[in-house]
Amino acid sequence: MFGVARELRKRGVLGLNERNAELIMSLNPRRLYPRVDDKVLTKELALAAGMAVPDLYGVIANQGDIRGFAEIVETLESFVVKPAQGSGGDGIVVITGRSKRKRDAFRMASGLLVSTEELEYHLSNIVGGQYSLSGNRDKAIIEYCVQFDPVFADVSYQGVPDVRVIVYRGYPVMAMVRLPTRASDGKANLHQGAVGAGVDMCEGRTLEGVRENLVVDEHPDTGALIEGLSIPAWDTILESSARGYEVTGLGYLGVDMVIDRVRGPLILEMNARPGLSIQIANQTGLKDRLRLVDREFDAEADPAARAAFARQAFPAA
Amino acid sequence: MTDRYVYVLALILTITGLSIFAYQWRVIGFPLTADEEAPVWTVEAAVAFDGGPGSIKVNLHVPTLTPGFRVLNENHVSRGYGFSINYGTGGREAQWAIRRADDRQTIYYRISVYEDPGARQVDTTPPFPSVPVINEPFRTAVEVIVADVREHSADTASFTSELLHRMNDRSPDPNIELLLSEVTSDADFVEAATTLLAAARIPARMVRGFPLSGRQRNTQPVAWLEVHDGDTWRYYDPSTGAESLPERFLVWWRGNESLVSVEGGNNVEVDFAVQENYIGAVAIAETQAAQLGSPFPDMSLYSLPIRTQAVYSVLLMIPIGALIMVIMRNIVGIDAFGTFMPVLIALAFRETQLLWGVVLFTVLIALGLSIRFLLERLRLLLVPRLSAVLIVVVLLMMVISLVSDRTDIESGISVALFPMVIIAMTIERMSVMWEERGAADALRAAMGSLVIAVFAYIGMGLAWLEHLIFTFPELLLVFLALVLIAGRYTGYRLLELTRFKAFTGRG
Repeated sequence: MFGVARELRKRGVLGLNERNAELIMSLNPRRLYPRVDDKVLTKELALAAGMAVPDLYGVIANQGDIRGFAEIVETLESFVVKPAQGSGGDGIVVITGRSKRKRDAFRMASGLLVSTEELEYHLSNIVGGQYSLSGNRDKAIIEYCVQFDPVFADVSYQGVPDVRVIVYRGYPVMAMVRLPTRASDGKANLHQGAVGAGVDMCEGRTLEGVRENLVVDEHPDTGALIEGLSIPAWDTILESSARGYEVTGLGYLGVDMVIDRVRGPLILEMNARPGLSIQIANQTGLKDRLRLVDREFDAEADPAARAAFARQAFPAA
Repeated sequence: MTDRYVYVLALILTITGLSIFAYQWRVIGFPLTADEEAPVWTVEAAVAFDGGPGSIKVNLHVPTLTPGFRVLNENHVSRGYGFSINYGTGGREAQWAIRRADDRQTIYYRISVYEDPGARQVDTTPPFPSVPVINEPFRTAVEVIVADVREHSADTASFTSELLHRMNDRSPDPNIELLLSEVTSDADFVEAATTLLAAARIPARMVRGFPLSGRQRNTQPVAWLEVHDGDTWRYYDPSTGAESLPERFLVWWRGNESLVSVEGGNNVEVDFAVQENYIGAVAIAETQAAQLGSPFPDMSLYSLPIRTQAVYSVLLMIPIGALIMVIMRNIVGIDAFGTFMPVLIALAFRETQLLWGVVLFTVLIALGLSIRFLLERLRLLLVPRLSAVLIVVVLLMMVISLVSDRTDIESGISVALFPMVIIAMTIERMSVMWEERGAADALRAAMGSLVIAVFAYIGMGLAWLEHLIFTFPELLLVFLALVLIAGRYTGYRLLELTRFKAFTGRG
């Protein structure tokens, strides 16, 4: 048992206690949490900083606003409904089109049809706080449905694959691609069985995948090889996520991005307590990289410089 | 840097805690284990009377010399009265005084004593009493009796026995019958005996007190006879003449004076209550502490009322549960609901015992959860929803109690002691987690909570630990230090070792 601990320490694996005590407590002041916990606010801040985000079609803040839903989506063929303070991808409904015969029936990503009434009931649940962590009232966001880049089409089962980048004091230090599976119900959530693939920070190319803490070579549903995929616009991804530090002020940050076929990398959300599974996906401990950033830290460096540093400093193990 | 502060603080706390502990243990003599026990009796005198128009002064005889017992502490409860202890002819007298008191008044005097066979309190040797002045026809009767008894005895002891023997005779001689004609109570009887003994110039006095045993309510003092044989005081049973003292006889006061006198009040009633506790060794250490002038005599929880003590003996175990909680969550890494929910669940287990606690808890949560999901369909707001769950939980408890009562399962009844708010909150949190993170996570967290609760229950139920903490509450400082250090533990959690095992597999 102590042998395992020693081995992990040697490889610089960050544990939960250390993450909480050394990183989150000293780098992430609680007053800044609303900036990442409320997706509406995150979006505004990111837009103000000139970062690309999925377009916001509308916000439903009260039960009374639900009446305006039909109007908001009147001209839209596809959109996403999500809770502003949700977590883990819960409460998200992706609408990819409309029924040919009835315009008030929507087609979900899974192909099933859903009526306007059903969507309105879902909105009411979101506003009532069913998906917010605290159980408090929440807002529902209606936003652009990402047309995700075909690069990950073969290694995703429904849902939207995304890229998670850990940003430490403004420097991107580690990244992974999260690929939805049948088990994860189309959600890019490792916790629920999605595949995580480490990323070579230098090349922006995927490494082996990990699922339920075990290494996998192929996507469990599609059978496609996970390793060796080139992530498009890798430079932009690194720079945008580095900019997340300026936007949120959080010293230990997880930035989640999706890659749109047309618009390129878009910031989906940010996280003040990013998980540690990314280390498993990369087969690398975080601590050595954090230490390197501490040594080379330059308060003057702009996001582009920090992204460039990440590319040359953290090659795949 | 913070680490150093934490360690220094933890060190200071540990040293402080352990030093006080060492002092209380080695110097004062508080026992380390609970079995060093002896019974301690608390006797309470309640004096009730109707206040009059003027000022009021109450004199109550209180124990002075108590052979076979040592006094642990004594106190009085009397709002607004001035209080003092004076020495009168019969020993100590407690005096309460107040300028004005109208309606029915009750004042209390309480003394706690413990047995100590070595407590032979030496009383002064009395002078030979002068021959009492008695009017005829009693005078002749007394003289005849004394002369006759003296005839049939050799010394003070045999004189006393013989006298009491005759006084207790079923068909007494006419002289004794005359003397006892006005006797209506045991006290009168003993008083008559002392008069006869005084006439024979033997120092004697009436003693009143209580044979202590168990819990007694509305008890009244027993009269006994004490005779000085020129050397020591001897006790005689007035009803048999045998030289003896009732078992565990606490002497309250001596002499013929009445127990209480109230100036300015009437309808006086005195009620005694006796209570037995087993807090011996500790209590004795307390007296020791007071005598040594210890700086911590008031820090002892044993000075609190018994009912409050019971509360604290549970409360003081919560830090143990908290420490177990810290270990389980931050060092082992078990998931659970809420921060202290498992500790609260463990507290609930104390009422039901472990096995039944786990079974009932699981049943209640499962039933409650299914009802919670039914409520979900009604789309209720948070607070009304929680309240609805709470009401359903109360109903479920009631049904379980009734059913288990019918089927003769005793523990079911104590389910009612489960804090239902805890159950309602657990159900709510579990259902939220169920929706947000799936059934697997919710069940895992529920299992985790239960496991931690079981460990906390075991830890909090250790009798020796409970005694140790209750007697030496300063040890909680050491627990505080441990929790502080755990708060800076940044090593891996045990369960993380399995989580990250993919690393070592290929290392």
